[in-house]
Amino acid sequence: MTPLDNVADLRDTDLNDVELDRRLASTWATPKGVWGALSTVDHKIIGRRYIITAFVFLALGGILSLAMRLQLAQPEARFIGPDRYNQIFTMHGTNMMFLFAVPVMEAMAVYLVPLMVGTRNIAFPRLNAFSYWMYLAGGLLLWIAFAIDTGPDVGWFADVPLSGPQYAAGKRADIWAQMITFTEVSALAVAVELVVTVFKQRAPGMSLDQIPLFVWSMLVTSFLIIMAMPAIMIASTALILDRLVGTQFFNPAEGGDVLLWQHLFWFFGHPEVYIIFLPAVGMVSTIVATFTRRPVFGYLGMVMALIATGILAFGLWVHHMFVAGLPRLGESFFTASSMAIAIPAGLQIFCWLATIWAGRPVFKTPFLFVIGFMVIFVIGGMTGVMVASVPFDTQVHDTYFVVAHFHYVLVGGAVFPLLGAIYYWFPKITGRMMNETIGRWAFGLIFTGFNLTFFPMHILGLQGMPRRIYTYQPEMPWSGLNMFVSLSAVILAAGFLLFFIDAIRSALSGPVAPANPWCASTLEWATSSPPPAYNFSRMPVVGSLEPLVDNSGALPVASGLFVDRRELVVTSVVGALPEARESSPGDSIWPLWSALATTVLLIWSIFTPWAVVWGSVPLAIALTGWFWPKGTKEDDA
Amino acid sequence: MRMSPIIWMSTIAIISGCTGNQSAINPKGAPAIHIAHLMSGIVAVCTLVWLLVMVMLVWALLRKRSDAGEQARERGLTTTVSAAVGATAVIIAGMTIASFYTTRDIGIPGEAALTITVRGQQWWWQVIYADPDPALTFQTANEIHIPVGRDVHVQLESTDVVHSFWVPSLAGKQDLVPGRTNSLLLRAERPGIYRGQCAEFCGLQHTHMAMMVIAEDPESFERWAVAQRGNSVNPGKPDAVAGQVAFIAKPCAACHTVRGTPAMGTTGPDLTHVGSRKTIAAGLLMTTRGSLAAWIADPQTLKPGNNMPMVPLTSVELKNISAYMESLK
Repeated sequence: MTPLDNVADLRDTDLNDVELDRRLASTWATPKGVWGALSTVDHKIIGRRYIITAFVFLALGGILSLAMRLQLAQPEARFIGPDRYNQIFTMHGTNMMFLFAVPVMEAMAVYLVPLMVGTRNIAFPRLNAFSYWMYLAGGLLLWIAFAIDTGPDVGWFADVPLSGPQYAAGKRADIWAQMITFTEVSALAVAVELVVTVFKQRAPGMSLDQIPLFVWSMLVTSFLIIMAMPAIMIASTALILDRLVGTQFFNPAEGGDVLLWQHLFWFFGHPEVYIIFLPAVGMVSTIVATFTRRPVFGYLGMVMALIATGILAFGLWVHHMFVAGLPRLGESFFTASSMAIAIPAGLQIFCWLATIWAGRPVFKTPFLFVIGFMVIFVIGGMTGVMVASVPFDTQVHDTYFVVAHFHYVLVGGAVFPLLGAIYYWFPKITGRMMNETIGRWAFGLIFTGFNLTFFPMHILGLQGMPRRIYTYQPEMPWSGLNMFVSLSAVILAAGFLLFFIDAIRSALSGPVAPANPWCASTLEWATSSPPPAYNFSRMPVVGSLEPLVDNSGALPVASGLFVDRRELVVTSVVGALPEARESSPGDSIWPLWSALATTVLLIWSIFTPWAVVWGSVPLAIALTGWFWPKGTKEDDA
Repeated sequence: MRMSPIIWMSTIAIISGCTGNQSAINPKGAPAIHIAHLMSGIVAVCTLVWLLVMVMLVWALLRKRSDAGEQARERGLTTTVSAAVGATAVIIAGMTIASFYTTRDIGIPGEAALTITVRGQQWWWQVIYADPDPALTFQTANEIHIPVGRDVHVQLESTDVVHSFWVPSLAGKQDLVPGRTNSLLLRAERPGIYRGQCAEFCGLQHTHMAMMVIAEDPESFERWAVAQRGNSVNPGKPDAVAGQVAFIAKPCAACHTVRGTPAMGTTGPDLTHVGSRKTIAAGLLMTTRGSLAAWIADPQTLKPGNNMPMVPLTSVELKNISAYMESLK
């Protein structure tokens, strides 16, 4: 009992550093034990969970791709039958897009954005907890369904009428459509949290022109999610209605339209690519800046390119439908808009090249992955220009050429930066360093394996090999390259295995990391590794794009926050001028109950429309519990 | 700039030597040739751009660094980056225009075009040669004959799900969408057998939904058309005669038509001249008496999930029906 315990409304100005940290820890820390783990709203714990879960799905999706490569290594192989194969490629695509790529990018942001903008927790932290549980439930739904042979088998794009009531019997297509609901709810929730965090919770002084590029990229991505995801939710809901209650949205015999599905799906599906790629742009920018020892060249240009990409992303969807029979003149417009995306993408590449040229490169593993990204992603961009051309696309659409193209874009453009980002931020997240030697080996294997696996697919596609076939006849001239591709996939898999081994081993017993092992310049490195529950003892004040470089030694701080309740600073949107002290919600079990109630409702509604009525009762109870005032200090504020 | 497409074309020529008759880089039809030219040009330019970016990357990574003149360098960078973005805009504008003109070249069938309707079904192609005179209309399956050097207007329809018609050596692909009629221009410049297959995932046996396009000189084409219009030939050999009896008595006739016999089913392919086709089961097997027997005996093992049921037959019936099928030239 110290004298200060009796002081009501204790503020950080009243305390020395040691005492402040002790009291902040007791206010912000997640309680030990299962209950604490289930009710936590700490963005770092939830972000870590998100990241780990997403990487588990990456590994599972990778195993599926190896199974496909085993089947395709030889003509007329009988390792996997058509029914299982169709489930496998549908699962691979669905899993990688909805359960890995989008969530992992949002997960990185959930962990990093609050630290990078210098606040103590993400906005709407309980919604954040809810979003993770929804994501987990959606992932489990899909994989359990697959394990019991009810996995979706209609492709990750689930074209009607193949996925409609007439041609997709059973519950497989419903599982796909409802999994969409789960992952989209969680993605939308995180997007809203990120927008509010970036707009309202930035450190005092961090005006819009001083936001780290990764934060900018996540801001634009979040807007893309908010605008694109409703299209797929409308589409999947209409599909469920067609299947469950006999609406005829997509049935041409009853006045519905088949192409309506494709328009809705791709109005989401193309921005989806940028939802995955833009965060990677932010990661690359961050890593390039740190490992060339200078800020990224052309900050304003980079931000403009992010925004331009985000806007153009909504004007391209028809290039996924160039062979669907739309009017040719209209298609030419979409050729132009698709090609135009090369301008902001080119600008980004040129700015990074300029940064490297003017800087002093340090060849650590994260930077190696960025170099790999440059080599691979530019190839993917070039083939992207190719498929943007209508005549070119009529030959390569739905062939292995396109499979090669989008793996170059998505793996090269997003997974390489992500792996670099993991090596880069691993010490911050775990407090331990990953192994540099193993990192180089992993990079070498993944880079080599990737190119050997996917480059030949371009040629296979030009030689007439369509996608989504479970086998091919020996008289087709494809078997040599297919065998080569399958063997190369083993190298790629070995690289990923090495990465996973390194990550697990380092997390358990890697060398302890200092607060800022890379001499980086952004705020997340101003706090310890891993950060305390309250992120920063005192709220940092920012006056430049590189606060840790320009204020070497001591960062200016703002003070006056309460320490006996969770509180953070709310600042203005443009200039980040302090506006108010705002309380941040404490731990709660109700997001978990709400997610469980939602899960029951959604899965039940695959079987009967009445689930929407009766299932909303427990959900209403859970939501009431969530928002019921509990008389805590945060409630009173 | 003039050289690179030529180099690329010769590379293509080398690759396409072993690339087969279902290949976008072994074009034998006017639309496919137009597209291949466009592809070579775009690929050449893109390769060049990629190489340039890689040279810049390596230089940026490895160049010797000195401390002097930092500010001047930063200004130089702005100019370089702006110039590179400008060049990007010019290049993609050029490609957009080139695409537009190629689209025009491959889209409009000429006046004297032959019109064929192709109807996609899970998992085979119904091919209808319609004629204003109904007596001259006929249909076949999974095999399309066209005259060389004449525009062919293919009307594409689907009875069930979305399929995509793709014969890469002759033209780009076009979807068959339920509720719509799409069209595609085919034109073979050289006689030959060109393979194609469904390119849009259409369910369990999407893999085995191939077709053959046989381009022949106009006289051979006319001879073929006349033969196809006719009813089925009467079986001569005793096993084929017995096979016809069994075919009509068994459930076969409920799904298949053999014109000139009571078999009038329309669910499965028209078999009036099945023996004259190169392949059966949508490109799965070459047409021989043995493959016919294997297919009829157990279609679900060869093409799991397809809509042809296994009809219980004695070995004699099987032998006879296969002989009958083979005789339907």
